[in-house]
Amino acid sequence: MLKTNRREFLKTSGCLVIGFSIGNISSGQNSFIPQELPQSIRRYPDINAWIEVLANGKVRVFTGKAELGQGIRTAIAQVAAEELELSMENVEVVLADTLRTPNEGYTVGSGSIEQSAMAVRYASAAAKMKLLELASDKLKVPVDELVTTNGKVYTKNGRNPITFSEILDGKQISGQVKEPVKLKAKSEYRLSGKPVPREDIGWMVRAHQNYLHDLRFPGMVHARVVRPPVYGAKLKTFDAGYVKKKVPGVLKTVNDGNFLAVIATDEYEAMRAQKVLGQSATWTEAAKVPATEKDLKEYILKLPVETDRVQEKGKITSEEFTHTATYFKPYIMHGSTGPSCSVAIWHNEKLHIWSHSQGIYPLREAIAQMLQMPADKIEITGVPGSGCYGHNGADDVAAEAAIIAMAYPGKHVRLQWSREEEHGWEPYGSAMVVKVGATLDATGKILYWKYDLWSDSHSSRPGGRAENLLPARYIKKMFTSSSKGYIGGATRNSEPYYSIPNQQVNANFFRGPLRVSALRSLGAYGNIFALESFMDELADNAKKDPFDFRLMHLTDQRAKDVVQKLGEMVSNVKPGDGEGLGIAFSRYKNSASYCTVAALVHVDTTAKTLRLKKMWSAIDAGEVINTDGLKNQTEGGMIQAASWTLKEHVKFDGTNISSTDWGTYPILRFSETPEVEVEIIPRQNEEVMGAGEAAQGPAGAAIVNAIFRACGKRIRDLPVKLFQD
Amino acid sequence: MKKAISIHVNGTTHTVNVDPSTPLLYVLRNQLELNGPKYGCGLQQCGACMVLIDGKAQPSCMYPVSAVKEQKITTLEGLGKEGKLHPVQEAFVSEQAAQCGYCLNGMVMSAVSLLSDNPHPDDDEIREGLHRNLCRCGTHSRIIKAVKRASL
Repeated sequence: MLKTNRREFLKTSGCLVIGFSIGNISSGQNSFIPQELPQSIRRYPDINAWIEVLANGKVRVFTGKAELGQGIRTAIAQVAAEELELSMENVEVVLADTLRTPNEGYTVGSGSIEQSAMAVRYASAAAKMKLLELASDKLKVPVDELVTTNGKVYTKNGRNPITFSEILDGKQISGQVKEPVKLKAKSEYRLSGKPVPREDIGWMVRAHQNYLHDLRFPGMVHARVVRPPVYGAKLKTFDAGYVKKKVPGVLKTVNDGNFLAVIATDEYEAMRAQKVLGQSATWTEAAKVPATEKDLKEYILKLPVETDRVQEKGKITSEEFTHTATYFKPYIMHGSTGPSCSVAIWHNEKLHIWSHSQGIYPLREAIAQMLQMPADKIEITGVPGSGCYGHNGADDVAAEAAIIAMAYPGKHVRLQWSREEEHGWEPYGSAMVVKVGATLDATGKILYWKYDLWSDSHSSRPGGRAENLLPARYIKKMFTSSSKGYIGGATRNSEPYYSIPNQQVNANFFRGPLRVSALRSLGAYGNIFALESFMDELADNAKKDPFDFRLMHLTDQRAKDVVQKLGEMVSNVKPGDGEGLGIAFSRYKNSASYCTVAALVHVDTTAKTLRLKKMWSAIDAGEVINTDGLKNQTEGGMIQAASWTLKEHVKFDGTNISSTDWGTYPILRFSETPEVEVEIIPRQNEEVMGAGEAAQGPAGAAIVNAIFRACGKRIRDLPVKLFQD
Repeated sequence: MKKAISIHVNGTTHTVNVDPSTPLLYVLRNQLELNGPKYGCGLQQCGACMVLIDGKAQPSCMYPVSAVKEQKITTLEGLGKEGKLHPVQEAFVSEQAAQCGYCLNGMVMSAVSLLSDNPHPDDDEIREGLHRNLCRCGTHSRIIKAVKRASL
């Protein structure tokens, strides 16, 4: 399958390649390969599933992950260039594509470096071993007397240079990545662990075609979908003749059950047709979104729930705690700057889709199910979109483009969501409520801890299930959602990382009124907001310094180090009048990066203003591939979480979502943005750990803790409304 | 009804056959095949679609193309001279001032416009100058540094 596809690509790529010999991609695990190899390598052990040597001396690397703005393209190129002793210019990276790359599932959970970069590291090292062995045969020189640099292999005295292409004689590297793989010593790294600049930022400033939104094909037509007035409304009537008459350039109205779309030659015509067709359509009344936004916390606590015991340690003898608090976070949206977009074509019994989805392989399965066709008739090429921060409209728009393209064969169909569609129809990050109680012992240490959370699902990604694609709920062969989604997301970071002898954590899962799925860090943002706010409240109760209070409950030295590092970073900060400094700690997923955040706020009770002045973060992500990439992600994570914390909540009004644009769903603007500073704790000899979501939780908590220190007001309901209550 | 309309973009006059009410953004992207200006909201709320109209940064998503026939329009593609990047573009690369980069076009355009009015803005003036532009990745601090660098 992959063999044919890769061949097809090479014919059209315009790049001469020196032949190839792609083996079968094994989808199952290979039992004789030891566990130590990265999981992606165990699934795709063939070297040439990952590495291809080009005739021009460059090396092409295949990753199953998508570029979301996290800089994975650069990190992947760094590890490959490092192991193969190439310069960055001599490595090109192919991102997730069902035609070409391994299936690495979803680009989520801060897993791109942990999974894909490590797979590429092993594959590159194995490729180098193979190249040296082949060169050794050719040159009749033992492997250990050979060295490689910049795509050539030499003898140690610098004689007999032979290029990778010459070594391979027009073939590709065959064989599998098998233990023992001799990895380059970390002490010899030239590129890994360095702030290597991202090449794609150069493309962006030059306005090169970099985004899915920029794809243009000859004869491409433009589509728009007519949305129902509310979730679940049913289409009664529409007037295709009227729109055809009223808007020139309309090519076709596409209707399948309650799904209604229009295709036009020109994009602006498609937009006008969407409006006119929408005005002609009538819909049945459907269940309205309840008018609960104002008292959402109370509403959630009354919903029916399924309860899971997440953690039980020691004994909770009584429910009488010396300190209790209830925290609330509302629905928050991904709010990508560029609304979701997709291009699809149905041609010669094949459907080709271009998508900025985080998981093109699972999306393919879900679309195959929706269209009731074999998955091998569908190819999806991943192309970067606007940053998504989780499961936004990317998968939905691709599924819709697929339906429309099937109805209009032979043409590339481009479907672009509007701002209103993105705001109103994306799956939001769930609202959450947390009730927590604790009792301190005589020394101020936490003796008892009880934590109860309420949440909807934090992931309803397609994952091969059609019902999670928005249009699948509207077409004639309707798919309805029965699964409660990935409930593990709600409990992420609900267990304290602190040493507490008696503790209990319970999760109550409800079905809320709004469509929900994965938003950056899933439940960790809500849980760490609650947990680290409560730690601050307890520290205050125990009359302890917030740093000391955390340190006295931590046992993991790396956790302590990240707290102490933050302490050093802010040691010279002396909050002035009306200012407060707040801190928070978390270890993402309790197993990935350690991250602390400090926030400095200024509260002016007379002028009724709150200003977030600066945020600091100390982060330990284990071995770091690109230090600037990690800083960029952590800075961005703090600022984004500041926006969530200070400003954001999805509004709904008893009829429908009323946050339909940036006026009704404001996010942080430049005038409100804090200065940020990040320090990395170097741990180059440790394992790599996911970091892209590490700052979200502690950033939120640090801000509310700072507000408390500034003015004595404890914020327990988000977003912060210091002067509006 | 489509009409032939001439517009001046990046130093060249282009004649396009479009409905005169078509917003400039769609003509730039679809007829002129320029990638710089991006669709973000269509409501002049986010700045992703910004271009320079007679040297001033303006969102292009709502102005009908027929309203800008006389003006000189510059897009991201037209900022550099003789194959060299504009100093603001250079500064964005030097500061690595992007994550997803979707908003970058508008940021650069706003910054170019700001610096032509005020060549040495302080931090608050930079924040004010970029107030119309939204970034969702939280790259604001780097963007401010890039504008600062370009002003030196």
